[in-house]
Amino acid sequence: MVGVFFTYFALVSIAAGVLTVTLRHPVHCALSLLVLLMHVSGLFILLNAEFLWAVQVIVYVGAILVLYLFVLMLMNLKTDERYFHQSALYVLGPAVLGASYVLYNLLRSPFNGAKGDTPAAAVLQDGDTYAVGIKMFSDHLLQFEIVGIFLLGAVIGAIVLAKTPKQLETERERL
Amino acid sequence: MIPLSAYTAVSAVLFIIGLMGVLVRRNFIIVLLSVEIMMNAANINLVAFSHYLESMAGQLVALFIIAIAAGEAAVGLAIIIVVFRGKISTNVDEMNLLKW
Repeated sequence: MVGVFFTYFALVSIAAGVLTVTLRHPVHCALSLLVLLMHVSGLFILLNAEFLWAVQVIVYVGAILVLYLFVLMLMNLKTDERYFHQSALYVLGPAVLGASYVLYNLLRSPFNGAKGDTPAAAVLQDGDTYAVGIKMFSDHLLQFEIVGIFLLGAVIGAIVLAKTPKQLETERERL
Repeated sequence: MIPLSAYTAVSAVLFIIGLMGVLVRRNFIIVLLSVEIMMNAANINLVAFSHYLESMAGQLVALFIIAIAAGEAAVGLAIIIVVFRGKISTNVDEMNLLKW
């Protein structure tokens, strides 16, 4: 049963990724990215990470993708006739070759390593949110604060960049 | 039971798709969407290793990556709006002001 769900989520997310890159109209690209994000969140459910599933749906789909869609619809882009880069064909062949080599190596690797301190039973006992919260606010508190500062800087930077430059307009009129 | 290598294979395919999108597309917004695909591929990898190697640190890093993606989207879209206001184009080939 898990295998069926994994195959569905994996295949649909890969197909949606291909559509995101190849579709012509930018709004269609953003909508197929939405499909990709929802199916990746399904993969998170299969991996016992339901807190990340919620964060993926709320933050990625609900905030980031809606921001992209707002900007796309604000700018009302005309789709170019030639929407691929000129050198697309030169990139495609080596990329397929390299990707298949990497895939061959990945599927053969055993991936064993030292186990950590939270097995699946411990996660399932109190829930994933509890485990993530305990870990974040004990061992990774500094990273949490750094991400907070980073988001503050990003918000201020976005506001400063997107504001209409009044002084420049008047200077241009004077010239 | 799904092997860990299946998750890494899905993640690698998605990462290559995103990389192709960054290299091949000419619209700046689609390039940013492809970067989001690449971040999602990294997230799948991190969460899969976190599950199979029984450590919580992978999920935390995935959470921080989502936060950083939010900041990147905000700043990137602000830059797109500024460029679009000046040139009425979001083609990456025509943004060559910083090139020499």
